[in-house]
Amino acid sequence: MQFWIVQTLNSIAFGGLLFLLSSGFSLAFGLMRIPNLAHGGFFMLGAYFGATITYFGGNFWLAVLGSGLGVGLIGIVFERLILRQLAGNVQGQVLVTLGVSFIIADLCLMIWTGDPWTVAAPAELRPPIRLGGFAFPTFRLVVLGIALVTAVALYLLMDRTRLGAMIRAGVDDMEMARGVGIPVSLLFTVVFCLGAVLAGLGGTLGAPMLNAYPGLDADMLPLALIVVILGGAGSLLGAFVGSFVVGFLYNFGIALFPDLAYFILFLPMVLVLVFMPQGLFGRVIS
Amino acid sequence: MRRGAVALLVLAAALIALPFVVTNEFYLNLASQILIYALLAVSLNLLVGYGGLVSLGHASFLGLTAYAATLFVGWGTGQLGAALIAVVFSTLCGALFGVLALRATGIGFLMITLALGQIVWGIAYRANTLTDGDNGLRYPARPRPFGLDISSAPTFYWFTLAVFAIAVFVIWRLTRSPFGAALQGARDQPRRMRMLGHNVWLIQWLAFVLAAFWGSIAGLLYVYYNLFISPHAISLQQSAEVLLMAILGGASSFAGPIVGAVIITLVKNVVSSYVDRWNSLLGAIFVVVILFMPFGIVPGVRQLLARWRKPAKIPERAA
Repeated sequence: MQFWIVQTLNSIAFGGLLFLLSSGFSLAFGLMRIPNLAHGGFFMLGAYFGATITYFGGNFWLAVLGSGLGVGLIGIVFERLILRQLAGNVQGQVLVTLGVSFIIADLCLMIWTGDPWTVAAPAELRPPIRLGGFAFPTFRLVVLGIALVTAVALYLLMDRTRLGAMIRAGVDDMEMARGVGIPVSLLFTVVFCLGAVLAGLGGTLGAPMLNAYPGLDADMLPLALIVVILGGAGSLLGAFVGSFVVGFLYNFGIALFPDLAYFILFLPMVLVLVFMPQGLFGRVIS
Repeated sequence: MRRGAVALLVLAAALIALPFVVTNEFYLNLASQILIYALLAVSLNLLVGYGGLVSLGHASFLGLTAYAATLFVGWGTGQLGAALIAVVFSTLCGALFGVLALRATGIGFLMITLALGQIVWGIAYRANTLTDGDNGLRYPARPRPFGLDISSAPTFYWFTLAVFAIAVFVIWRLTRSPFGAALQGARDQPRRMRMLGHNVWLIQWLAFVLAAFWGSIAGLLYVYYNLFISPHAISLQQSAEVLLMAILGGASSFAGPIVGAVIITLVKNVVSSYVDRWNSLLGAIFVVVILFMPFGIVPGVRQLLARWRKPAKIPERAA
């Protein structure tokens, strides 16, 4: 019983982390029509930035903020300097993000070496919460809470603000959005940067659970891809549902059938592709 | 046309004679590696260049074949049986992956192939009881096809060259066949092709299966060459490297991927022996090629040659 409850909780917390990883990825994909294959790299950079800031004595929350800003800055530079050069060439853009992901992975290996960096959860969150005989890891609950707050904030941003309306217009019909004077190319930068910030924050928040290690990017990118294949590109709700589905499958998969964890992820993807190729909540017809 | 045939004969003779000139085993093995990757790149280009379908999971067929062959040899099916089962298994996986990936077009196709490739990698990496995870599996010994010993560097090179030549010839014929024309039609004008009564989906799926089949043959050569298979051989880096070979050389030409394979394999081996920053360089080549050489080397050089041969013709056309 203890096992199931703890694993369920871990799955939900991991789903929250996945939402931080994949919501920005999905929004940028919906708007710019490209999956940013360096997104796993952004997440890993976030983890390493967080590890470095806490290593030099920085506060954990400061590290979360710092890595979000740092990775966001990298995202802006990348979008403005490189992706912008290839406007209209979707395939070229995707391959460039792939090239950049290799450079990020290799530079991380060079700077932070091949040994994993551990990040301690903030001291006040280390003692577990005890409830009716069960012990819950407090930190994971806090991560989940942050993910939920982010989800609500993103929902309000997308649904209630002018910026969100413009982004939705760009996702649904870019030509028309341009035609009525929406600065779509500026939105590209904003959304891409937002995705990078969220990946950076998520990287540091995830570091106490996952550590920062070479290959973290390659572990996380497929999860983000599957979330988006499941949920549909450009859909916040899709990213939300997809994150928790993948979080559950992956976490229970690893706990129950460690050899087949990846295979279990594969099944929902196959089902969705066969029956609903747009994803569960997809808006973009690609 | 005749000049081309002569050039091809000279090239073939040079390739066959290579082990007599290059006696250093390191370089001869490098040549074998180039041939294996060139075959993988040519098979991928069936999709990328002729089908307009950019796949980022092609190394998975190399891996599926190599793992299956190793496992079945271990289970005592014999070399020939293991090779056959492995290629059939991997091609069937290709048939399944093709059904899934062709649910989408364009970037969706790329994403699904990437996800599938990563899943194959993940299984190889995590399924410890079967694949021994990161440690990889040893392949016991090279086979003796038709009783020939291919354990030495020159004999293996000739074996690889023979397989490569047959494979490339068949793929080349295929691209010149009505099927090849239909595939290119499906790439450029899918709606018109449908109007003409072609089944675009079936054409693209068959191309996917054929690409998987020839990729599997490359996988067989790979495991015979290395006598070892580990998840590193099927990582995203590998799939990306193969794709880069096709794009760098020029996906729109048949010879492009071969030229790309020669360059990338040489650069990789040369660079790896001096510094261990190959992945940064790979990423940088990717970015530079896509920003500045989107059509690749072979079409670029061909254009230059055409301009150099008939310099007067360009202003004429312009006028």
